[in-house]
Amino acid sequence: MAQSEITLTGRKRPLEKLIKLALFLASVLAIFVTIGIVLSMAFETWQFFQRVSVTEFLFGLEWSPQTAIRADQVGSSGSFGAVPLITGTLLISAIAMAVAAPTGLISAIYLSEYASARVRGWAKPLLEMLAGIPSVVYGFFAALVVAPFIRMTGGQLGLEVASESALAAGLVMGVMIVPLISSLSDDVLNAVPNALREASLGMGATRAETIKKVIVPAAIPGIAGSFLLAASAAIGETMIVVMAAGLAANLTANPLEAVTTVTAQIVALLTGDQEFDSAKTLSAFALGLLLFATTLMLNMIAMRIVNKYREQYD
Amino acid sequence: MTKLFTSAEAHLKARHRSEWRFRWLGRLAILFSLGFLAIMLVSITLLGKGALSRAEIALTVDLTEASTLEDVNAKKTLRNALFATFPEVTSRGEKRALLKLLSPDSGYELARQIEANPALLGQSPTLWFTASDDIDQYTKGAVDITQPENRRQLKDTTLGWVQALESRGALRSVFNTAFFTSGDSREPELAGIFSALVGSILSLTVCFALSFPLGIMAALYLEEFSKKSRWSDFIEVNINNLAAVPSIVFGLLGMAVFLNTFGLPRSSPLVGGMVLALMTLPTIIIASRAALRSVPPSIREAALGMGATGVQTTFHHVLPLALPGMLTGAIVGMARALGETAPLIMIGMVAFIVDVPNGFTDAATSLPVQIFLWADSPERGFLEKTSAAILVLLGLLIVMNLVAIVLRKKFERRF
Repeated sequence: MAQSEITLTGRKRPLEKLIKLALFLASVLAIFVTIGIVLSMAFETWQFFQRVSVTEFLFGLEWSPQTAIRADQVGSSGSFGAVPLITGTLLISAIAMAVAAPTGLISAIYLSEYASARVRGWAKPLLEMLAGIPSVVYGFFAALVVAPFIRMTGGQLGLEVASESALAAGLVMGVMIVPLISSLSDDVLNAVPNALREASLGMGATRAETIKKVIVPAAIPGIAGSFLLAASAAIGETMIVVMAAGLAANLTANPLEAVTTVTAQIVALLTGDQEFDSAKTLSAFALGLLLFATTLMLNMIAMRIVNKYREQYD
Repeated sequence: MTKLFTSAEAHLKARHRSEWRFRWLGRLAILFSLGFLAIMLVSITLLGKGALSRAEIALTVDLTEASTLEDVNAKKTLRNALFATFPEVTSRGEKRALLKLLSPDSGYELARQIEANPALLGQSPTLWFTASDDIDQYTKGAVDITQPENRRQLKDTTLGWVQALESRGALRSVFNTAFFTSGDSREPELAGIFSALVGSILSLTVCFALSFPLGIMAALYLEEFSKKSRWSDFIEVNINNLAAVPSIVFGLLGMAVFLNTFGLPRSSPLVGGMVLALMTLPTIIIASRAALRSVPPSIREAALGMGATGVQTTFHHVLPLALPGMLTGAIVGMARALGETAPLIMIGMVAFIVDVPNGFTDAATSLPVQIFLWADSPERGFLEKTSAAILVLLGLLIVMNLVAIVLRKKFERRF
């Protein structure tokens, strides 16, 4: 009788190695995408800066990317000063944040501290619905309803309002990012330990006083993180500004005038037929890189703050 | 003593008032957002309602001379039918205006009706034809006829004919099936969402086929196999950041890499789906990791204790338990991809698409991009089409999210 051999080392399983390798590669894909984004845009941006100087792009005050069809045409060079686009983006984002920050934060406070389970049960999903509606819908609504409404109201007050005012785009964008702030702030407020709440209430503070003097200060880092994420979303938002903000580069801080944004210009530069090598097309990638760098920075800071804060109370 | 009490009482009252104000501020903040949502949805619904119906005009066409479809000169037949209906119209200009009662494609409609019912040949039947946009808007009450003639599209002569048709019962309003079955058109009364819908479905198919397996694989690696290291932290930070990158940046990436470097076909659902997949991947990875984390360690320990290898444990025991959660996350990700517009514009899916795309490499558009394109058109007819397309899009999103919720409820387990 042959003795059966028992090996305790286990058989080699080459397939398992292969599977693990495949899983590893899939997870590295995320890094490749990031690298791909950076490289592809850096390459086009570098080509762009062969034609237009970096200082003109970053500090130039005039944006008119029309390159001439014929060489002898007037104004054939085009000018690529991104400052009006940056200020336009900041103006619209600031309006959006002015709407979203108080609304989102106060909604979050109400939902986490006051609302009954029943109210919370239906108000929270409804608020989150705002985030689920595609931005093209907001853009349509902003251009069709909000902008004419603001123009009409402004007209009655004797104000000159552009038909594609920064106010309309910013206002609608603000409503869109309310749920970003409210749901993240809600999490953060809920993470504040009950001991703090009870201690303050036990000392005779009203609930509003507890919230204002104890809970919100304790949650400030997380709230700041949610604001930063929302600001980054506002800066990167495209469809609302394409549909409801103008395309004319305008260096102004007046919310009633039309301004244009980085994202709206990228879309305008790259839709329709264009040769790939022109400074006009390449400038879109320089704008894209600027946008990517800005939002990446905001996101990194926000996530770092939020994570650090989470550890604090864990 | 009493003085002290009254001042304390006044102070307390003020504090309670401020409490009350603060509470109402919270309610107002929520009502503001929800009120905005309600106004937006109601106004879009009201605007979009009109797209569901379409005006038709009845004409008696003379087909007595024709014995086959080829004998019929559809345009001429219709022209004669219109002139016969309004014999009083003689001047050239008025005749031309008369022809504009019908939608430009009514010739095809005649051919189609004859094809469907060859018995019409040799007769002079009364058939229904799609009316032009102006007439369509008039029947929906969108034309203000009290305005002076030069301030509206619909002129008085045409209005007279339309009212004559109306009194004869030769004008009716029917359910607009064309909106759901045809592609884009320059004429609002003929434009439909079908080709855009097919484009969206094709793009989402590509997106799902790429991002779901890859997302699961990445999540499996990160949760089940990687050791906590600086490298895995780096991957994690990367994924979280990608989830917050503006969508238009993905469009730029798709344009530079997929179109210009790899030379894939522009405007195709293939490239659109690939770009959407890159965007959805982080969402799916994050959701899948959460699903894997909810599988208790005891399952893994039991499998490992019975002698299963790490890969066997993962694929035979952990993955099946986490799959519903992953699928839920994927559906939510797909819903977001369905509404995405900007990156698809970047890769050229903004073309004017009449035909239904046949495959992944045909030029196509998608539902949100179609909305964007129609929103730019000045005709009033397109306004209702845009709104109706938005309603269809929102309806689809609601269905997808409901499916996700039902799946979650059905497979949710507490260990």
